[in-house]
Amino acid sequence: MIELILEERCAACNKCVEICPTNVLAIAPDRIPRIARQEECETCFMCELYCPHDAIYVGPDCEKPQPVDKGAILVSGLLGEFRRNHGWDEWANDPHYTNEHWQMENVFLRARDLVKAGQ
Amino acid sequence: MSISSSGDTLHLEADVLIIGGGLAGTWAAAAARQAGASVILADKGYCGTSGVTATAGPGHWWVPPDPPELRENAIRNRQKSGFGINDPEWMARVLAKTWESLPTLHGFYDFSKDETGATRYRELRGPEYMRALRKIVDSLGVTVLDHCPALELLQRPDGSVSGARGIRRQKGGAWQVNAGAVVLATGGTSFLSRLLGSHTNTGDGYLMAAEAGAELSGMEFTNYYTVALAGTNMTRSMSYAFATYYDEDGNRLPIPPGPDIIRPLAAAMLKGKVFCDLSRTPEDIRAKVPIISPNFMLPFRRWDIDPYRDKFEVTMHGEGTVRGIGGLRIVSEDCGTSVPGLYAAGDAATRELVAGAISGGGNVNSAWAVSSGQWAGEGATRFAVRQRGRDSGRPIGQAGLRPVSQHAVDLRATLSVVQNEMLSYDKNIFRAGEKLKRSGEVLDDIWKIFRAHALGNGADVLRTRETAAMLATARWSAASALARDESRGMHQRDDRPQTDARLEHRILVGGLDKVWTSGDRSRPLELAS
Ligand SMILES: Cc1cc2nc3c(=O)[nH]c(=O)nc-3n(C[C@H](O)[C@H](O)[C@H](O)COP(=O)(O)OP(=O)(O)OC[C@H]3O[C@@H](n4cnc5c(N)ncnc54)[C@H](O)[C@@H]3O)c2cc1C
Ligand code: SF4
Ligand code: SF4
Repeated sequence: MIELILEERCAACNKCVEICPTNVLAIAPDRIPRIARQEECETCFMCELYCPHDAIYVGPDCEKPQPVDKGAILVSGLLGEFRRNHGWDEWANDPHYTNEHWQMENVFLRARDLVKAGQ
Repeated sequence: MSISSSGDTLHLEADVLIIGGGLAGTWAAAAARQAGASVILADKGYCGTSGVTATAGPGHWWVPPDPPELRENAIRNRQKSGFGINDPEWMARVLAKTWESLPTLHGFYDFSKDETGATRYRELRGPEYMRALRKIVDSLGVTVLDHCPALELLQRPDGSVSGARGIRRQKGGAWQVNAGAVVLATGGTSFLSRLLGSHTNTGDGYLMAAEAGAELSGMEFTNYYTVALAGTNMTRSMSYAFATYYDEDGNRLPIPPGPDIIRPLAAAMLKGKVFCDLSRTPEDIRAKVPIISPNFMLPFRRWDIDPYRDKFEVTMHGEGTVRGIGGLRIVSEDCGTSVPGLYAAGDAATRELVAGAISGGGNVNSAWAVSSGQWAGEGATRFAVRQRGRDSGRPIGQAGLRPVSQHAVDLRATLSVVQNEMLSYDKNIFRAGEKLKRSGEVLDDIWKIFRAHALGNGADVLRTRETAAMLATARWSAASALARDESRGMHQRDDRPQTDARLEHRILVGGLDKVWTSGDRSRPLELAS
């Protein structure tokens, strides 16, 4: 579930409020968005992807909140990792993050071949 | 405040209203617009991130037209694996439509090239794919209503559907669209299991359509499950192709590789915790996983688990009609339902026509969403042209909106009954006639109370309707599974282990206060019309 919107980074553009499929977030006048309905969060990570400032942290637990230490998250290197791996926005032309999704089929075939080879 | 008494309703008019803005809904909106209709698309969440496509990465059913044997073989193989209830003509149509459609995303989706330099159309990454489709519908001039769940349909005196109403959950108040025709693209439902991306898919389209008199088909095929790291919803299956499973004592479980892991894994999970590692994954693939499926590693990284080395606990999430295959019955080539003016696409519709009795995940489902979406959009446009006026019909929502007498109904408790009947491995994977009968009775009992007394007020109205939809869907599923008195495809009955040649047909289901089932023997006629 979404755990943090980091004031240090958030530019209050409210993009995350707009795109959250389950309407977890709410606009707060002159402030950063509020996590208004955390229990509705479906842990889809879409807000992280759409946040241009890597200001959001979503925890993996999809059933209950699991509070995290903000300072630790800020230095963890996890913020923005998802967006980068997607080659989203400014990462679109970075050769490290090309979209290799098409390999999915090959991966399944490799798995099948391993089984055939008895490994 | 019930929605009917709300004063601040946004009134809109269009030739075609699309309900649901996932994969099928966006293709439908684009097709209707290109056919000349004015189009409104309403999504419960945000069109572009909502729905199960956005969090996944669909590989489409993708077979070149030349040489013709390729498609002939693909269709023949799918007929075999679909256990006789899919239809070769629909399969051919879907293969052709998908093949011609995906390249039209050029300029909106940045297609990858493989090592030979060939453009890869088949597998598209979910967030990028849905972002592209959103850009397309915007650029075509579709009016998109985000955060505007539909709650009920409008129906004309002649029985045809004339629009819908719903709420604006961010802007406040209600909306009503009077339309010439309506496409339901509300997705499947996993009964709010923790299936990735499925939280807004609560079967609303099934309920709304049934209230208008529509029938469903294939609702017994609702028992597909997908593995995930315990405590998470990360039901991305690619990496589990290299999984090794263990029991609590660390003994390796004899789970056969391939698609048939659901029953043995469920049996093991009913005995105790099941663990897994991905140590068999080749090194070069490990390095690529984050740029193949960027979300897959997130939970592991954030919990500091190395899935290639550590054993981690796994669970399985039920998929209901998502990678199950039941849904609204399709009665015409343009994806019409049995109600005039009402069309269905994607997971809101049955995928039996193409998938047969097995899951459509991995290929058929997305190809079906792309194709059925466009057929439904075009069909709705043709219907709307014939329907001159845009007068409002009557709102026809029942359960949760128009109770006989209002009493408080516990939504959470209702949902947990539905989930217990529809998701528990014991009842839904290891099916048996007696258990299904009992499920049906339990669900009927709570339906009676819910239908008579539940009334969604204020912000609760959405969850109330969603609960009604999941409850109704569960009843159709239990009744269909009982009616399919045999084992076929994903539907395995422990008390009827054999396939029965007399049941080589689809099972239709419908009804609200009284659920009915019947055999669909009209199969060959569907395309002859
Ligand atoms: C993890 C995962 C991986 C998958 N991988 C593949 C694959 O590789 N190949 C394949 O073929 N298939 C795959 N599938 C299946 C495929 O994703 C679906 O078949 C496809 O997304 C269906 O599209 P849809 O538009 O019908 O539903 P969705 O994309 O789920 O869209 C439904 C939309 O309806 C909206 N909605 C719901 N109720 C309402 C309401 N009352 N009012 C307004 N809007 C509403 C929702 O918000 C949502 O946006 C996968 C599924 C999952 C879960
Ligand atoms: S998208 Fe990011 S920067 Fe914009 S409001 Fe949300 S958290 Fe802040
Ligand atoms: S993870 Fe998904 S559901 Fe949760 S807040 Fe972010 S966008 Fe919303």
